Amino acid sequence: MPTGADGPEQVAISGDDDVVRVRQLVRTYAQQTKLSLVDQTKLVTAASELARNTLIYGGGGFARVEEVSDGRRSGVRASFHDEGPGIPDLTLALADGWSSGSGLGLGLSGAKRLVDQFDLDTEVGRGTVVTVVKWKR
Amino acid sequence: MTADAGHAQRLTELLRENAELLIDKWVGVVAAALRGRSARTELEADFREFYAALVPLVGHDGKNISGPEFTEIRSLLEEYSRSRVRAGFTPSETASSVFSLKEPVFELVENDASPEVFQQALAFSRLLDAFGLLTFESYSRAREDIIREQSEQLLELTTPVVKIWEGVLAVPLVGTLDSARTQVVMEKLLEMLVETGSEHAIIDITGVFAVDTQVAQHLLKTVVAARLMGAECIVSGIRPQIAQTIVALGIEFGDIVTKASLADALRHALRREGVEVVRREVV
Repeated sequence: MPTGADGPEQVAISGDDDVVRVRQLVRTYAQQTKLSLVDQTKLVTAASELARNTLIYGGGGFARVEEVSDGRRSGVRASFHDEGPGIPDLTLALADGWSSGSGLGLGLSGAKRLVDQFDLDTEVGRGTVVTVVKWKR
Repeated sequence: MTADAGHAQRLTELLRENAELLIDKWVGVVAAALRGRSARTELEADFREFYAALVPLVGHDGKNISGPEFTEIRSLLEEYSRSRVRAGFTPSETASSVFSLKEPVFELVENDASPEVFQQALAFSRLLDAFGLLTFESYSRAREDIIREQSEQLLELTTPVVKIWEGVLAVPLVGTLDSARTQVVMEKLLEMLVETGSEHAIIDITGVFAVDTQVAQHLLKTVVAARLMGAECIVSGIRPQIAQTIVALGIEFGDIVTKASLADALRHALRREGVEVVRREVV
């Protein structure tokens, strides 16, 4: 997938403030790409969930945001990287209402429903990378 | 002290002998760079103090300036940095006023042929680098303190709980909802419920940009807590994009009353309170 003109922008995630920062960055990109207001909100909410997962379950990491294009349409891609414990049971992690922590258990599954593309790369003991893309309609 | 402390004395000697000249030149360079924004006499007083604290430290290369022998110069520099910030100087100006001592010192050792002195001057320059960076650090620390204070104040400011009718409270939420803020909101709301004896509370989220699972969870908890105290909560200000996002996330608001606008929520609360609002013919 060819990337847009700007290179990816990276933000470290090591505290609650950083989740807000990631959210603002994603929002800026979503506005730049001229996503509709609904799609902006969906992407920002998904980014908020994933950034918080990176922080709480991954023990911190970083997020990368960039504009992407597949030739026909443009969109925003955000990826969340951590070197935490990884996810041992993906099916369970993606099930609604299941949480290994104290949340509602909708973050990961909900984020998946909020975006157009959702890739999860995880290895127990190595960490997790979640990449999401929202395309402009 | 480093191994060549014996040689370092040569530079120390030079610095002692030429103290007046060096301070004068140092003040001159900095005063010129600041273009009269700082009084010469003031600078001179500050620099004289630094100089006195600096000279015994010649021979250190500045790699580690956390030892007890650096306590005095550190506190001097931190104080200097703070006062400079207040006076509106940029951190670069503050740091470079420390670096500016290098110039006169190098001029001085230029005339001294011995290579040891040159080495010592190099080490001294590294020491000054470390001190210059120290002023930078204390600058950013001062800034961080201010930011932290402000965000705490903001936390208090941005979460008002207002009584909008007999028995009806409203909490307009704006911006980002995190655990800390929701905690403050919840506490304030529960306190106000007791204080005013209200039975209805409207939580308005018009100003909240995104509702994610954490925000939703916080809202749900607040509503449940209020319910335990016998009050009914209405969540209002759910905009179309937020509604769609909440549905996609799969968050269930259960039997919590939600309304699109604060006005709708107020109407609902008033009806529950048994208040009827009637439009009167204007004569």
